[in-house]
Amino acid sequence: MYKIVSKETLNSAVELMEIEAPFVANKCEAGQFIIIRVDEDGERVPLTIADYDREKKTVTIIYQVVGYSTELLSKKKVGEYVQDFVGPLGHPAPLHKCEHVVGVAGGVGSAPLYPQLRKLHEMGVKVDVIIGGRSAEFVILKEKFEEFCDHVYIATDDGSLGTKGFVTTVLQELIDKGEKIDEVIAIGPLIMMKNVVKVTKPLNIPTAVSLNPIMIDGTGMCGGCRVTIGGETKFACVDGPDFDGFLVDFDECMKRQGMFKEEEHECRMHLAN
Amino acid sequence: MDKNMSMTKVAMPEQEPNVRNKNFSEVALGYTKEMAMEEARRCLNCKHKPCMTGCPVNVPIPGFIEKVAEGDFDAAYEIITSENALPAICGRVCPQENQCEGKCVRGIKGEPVAIGRLERFVADYHMANAKPTEAKIEKNGKRVAVVGSGPSGITCAGELIKKGYDVIVFEALHKAGGVLSYGIPEFRLPKDLVAKEIETVEKLGVDIETNVIVGRSVTIDELMEQGYGAVFVGSGAGLPRFLNIPGENLLGVYSANEFLTRVNLMKAYKFPDTPTPIKVGKKVAVVGAGNVAMDAARTAKRLGAEEVYIVYRRSEEELPARKEEVHHAKEEGIIFKLLNNPCAIHGEDGWVTGIEVVKQELGEPDASGRRSPVPVEGSNYVIDVDTVVIAIGQSPNPLIRQTTPGLDTQKWGGIIVEEDTMKTSKDGVYAGGDTVTGAATVILAMGAGKKAAKAIDEYLSK
Repeated sequence: MYKIVSKETLNSAVELMEIEAPFVANKCEAGQFIIIRVDEDGERVPLTIADYDREKKTVTIIYQVVGYSTELLSKKKVGEYVQDFVGPLGHPAPLHKCEHVVGVAGGVGSAPLYPQLRKLHEMGVKVDVIIGGRSAEFVILKEKFEEFCDHVYIATDDGSLGTKGFVTTVLQELIDKGEKIDEVIAIGPLIMMKNVVKVTKPLNIPTAVSLNPIMIDGTGMCGGCRVTIGGETKFACVDGPDFDGFLVDFDECMKRQGMFKEEEHECRMHLAN
Repeated sequence: MDKNMSMTKVAMPEQEPNVRNKNFSEVALGYTKEMAMEEARRCLNCKHKPCMTGCPVNVPIPGFIEKVAEGDFDAAYEIITSENALPAICGRVCPQENQCEGKCVRGIKGEPVAIGRLERFVADYHMANAKPTEAKIEKNGKRVAVVGSGPSGITCAGELIKKGYDVIVFEALHKAGGVLSYGIPEFRLPKDLVAKEIETVEKLGVDIETNVIVGRSVTIDELMEQGYGAVFVGSGAGLPRFLNIPGENLLGVYSANEFLTRVNLMKAYKFPDTPTPIKVGKKVAVVGAGNVAMDAARTAKRLGAEEVYIVYRRSEEELPARKEEVHHAKEEGIIFKLLNNPCAIHGEDGWVTGIEVVKQELGEPDASGRRSPVPVEGSNYVIDVDTVVIAIGQSPNPLIRQTTPGLDTQKWGGIIVEEDTMKTSKDGVYAGGDTVTGAATVILAMGAGKKAAKAIDEYLSK
C-alpha cells in the first residue's frame, strides 16, 4: 500500500498526486514511468513520472480523469493509499548536451516533458517549451516551465491563451524566424507527435517522442505494448518509452490504442452502477 | 495389506467437458479418501524404486504411498514435504508421464500408479485438515535476497529460511507466484491454493516484497552493497517470442503471456466486474502446442469462442504439452490443426480476419531430436479467425543480464550456471529455473531452487 501525500486539481479534467514510493523515488529518472493499481481488483495503469523527491521518497504523477480507473483514483484523498505502485519502468530519456532544445507538449504531455526539460536545463542546455491545449484551462504546468525555460510559448485551439492554433503552428514560426534548434522533444497525443515529426523530419531536426501504448505488466513480459520502430517490433515498456520520432509507425500506434474502446465504455457503464 | 492388481488407475472425478469448457473452476475434482487408499494399494513398493529416479526433487515416493494406503495421511505429508515444498501444485502440474509415473513398473503392462493424483490428494487433505505448527528456527544473522517469487525463488527462500537465514524475495508483479499466478489457469491450478502455499513459506519468516523490479527499482550490485551475502535469481522466462510474420501487430493478436496474464492474474474472465478487459472473438487460432498453448486454447474456449484451433507445425507425436492437457483440450472441443505452420496473419481495418498456414511434412530430426517440419510448396490456405494467440515459447527477460555486470549468459539469454551448485559467473550470485534453462517446468525450477539453497548455505558458512 502506497500513501498519497498530496493532491492538486490542475483543471477540470487533470489532477496531480504525490505518492510515497521509496524504491521508485530512489532510482527514477526523467522519461521513466510507473504502473499504478488503485485497489485490489484494479487494472494496471502506466503513468509517466512528472516529478520526484529522493529525500521525501515521493513520486508525482499527473493524470487525466478519463476512464474508470482514473475516476477511481480521483476519488482518493490525501492520507489514503493506493494498492500498488511499481517502477521505475522503461529507460531514462536519452538527453544530450547540445545547445538548444525545444520541447513540445500537448495536454497532459506537459507532465512527462517537464522533468526532461528541467534536467536538460541543469545540464546547461538552453530550453524553450511550446505548450498546447484546447483552451487556456487545459494548458498545464506553465508556471513550472517558466522557472527555467528561456521562452514559454502557448498555443490554444480557441485562442484563449497564446497563439490561436496548434503547437506545430508555433514550432513552424520559430523555425521560419531562423531559430537554430538542435533537438525537439515532443510528448502528447499521438496525432500531435506525428504532426511535429512532419515539421521536423524534412529539416532533419532530431525529434524524440514518448509513446503510450496499452500496457499490462510494463516489464517486458507480454508484448501488449509492441510498436513498430524503423520496421522492427519493439516493446515500449522496455525499449522505450522514448523513441526516435522519425522511425515511429504512428498510424499503427493509433490503431492499437483503440483495441478496447468498446470495453472501456462497457466497463464505465457497468461499474458506475 | 492386499495389493490392488487393477491394470488401470482409479478414475479421477472430473467436470463434464461441455460443462467445464464454460467455467473456470478446477477440472479435476480430486480423489476421496477411499479412492486414494485404493489407488495407493496398486503400488508394489519395489525395492529398486524406479519412480524416485524420475523425480527431479527426489520425493520418497513409495514411502509416502505406503502411508496413504495405511490411511496415515499426515505421515504421508511429512514424507513428501521433506523434499517437495509445494506438493499441492506439483501434484497438479508435473508432467508425471515423463517423470515418476514414466518409470513405474505397473506402467509396463498397464497404467502406472497415479503418483501425481496421490500427491495432490495428500496435499489437499493436509490443507483442509492440518493444524498450523509453530516453526522454531535459530537465526544465523546472515541475509539472502531472492529475485522472483515463482517456483524456484519460493523454493530457494523456503529452504534458506529453514537453515536460519533472513530471506527477502523481490517480486516485480503485484502478486507473488510467478507462472503459478499469471501463467497457469484457474481451472488447472486454483489461485487460492497458490496463495496458501506461498503463505506457508511466509509464515516461516520469508519476507515477500511485491512491486520491486530487480534491475530497475534496485540492482543486484546494490543489493550486495546493502549487505545481502548472496542473491538467487529466479526471474523466470517471461519474454514472449513472436513469429515475425506479416500481420502480427494487427488488433486481435496476443502473445500467450498477455492473453493468460489478463485472464489469470488480472481476472479478465470476470470483466466487466473487474476493469481489465480481454477480447476474444468467435474463432481463435492458438499457434503452438506446449502447455502454454493448451492453456491459452482452453481459456479462449471458456471465454466464449465457438471454435478454437491449435495450429502446430509438427504432429501429435512431437507435441510437447502434458498428456492430460492434450486429452482435456480435445474433450473440451479444441480442434487440432497439426502439420500446419503459419506464414501470415490477414486483417481488415486493422483487425485480424484470418491466419494463413502452409501444410508441413516431417523430415529429419533437428537439434531437439524431434523430426523437422518441411513445408509442402503451394499448400497454403487461410483459416478464418478473429483472434490469434502466439504460444511458441518464452525466453528469459533481459533486464537482469543488462543491469548486472559480470553475469555471463548464453546468446539466447539464459544465465550460465554450474550444474551442481547453480553458481553463476558472479561471486555470491546464483540462478535457477526458467531464467537458466528457458521455459521448462515448475518441478525443475523447484529442484534448481533447492540445489542453489544448499550451495548458498555452503558459500555463506565459510
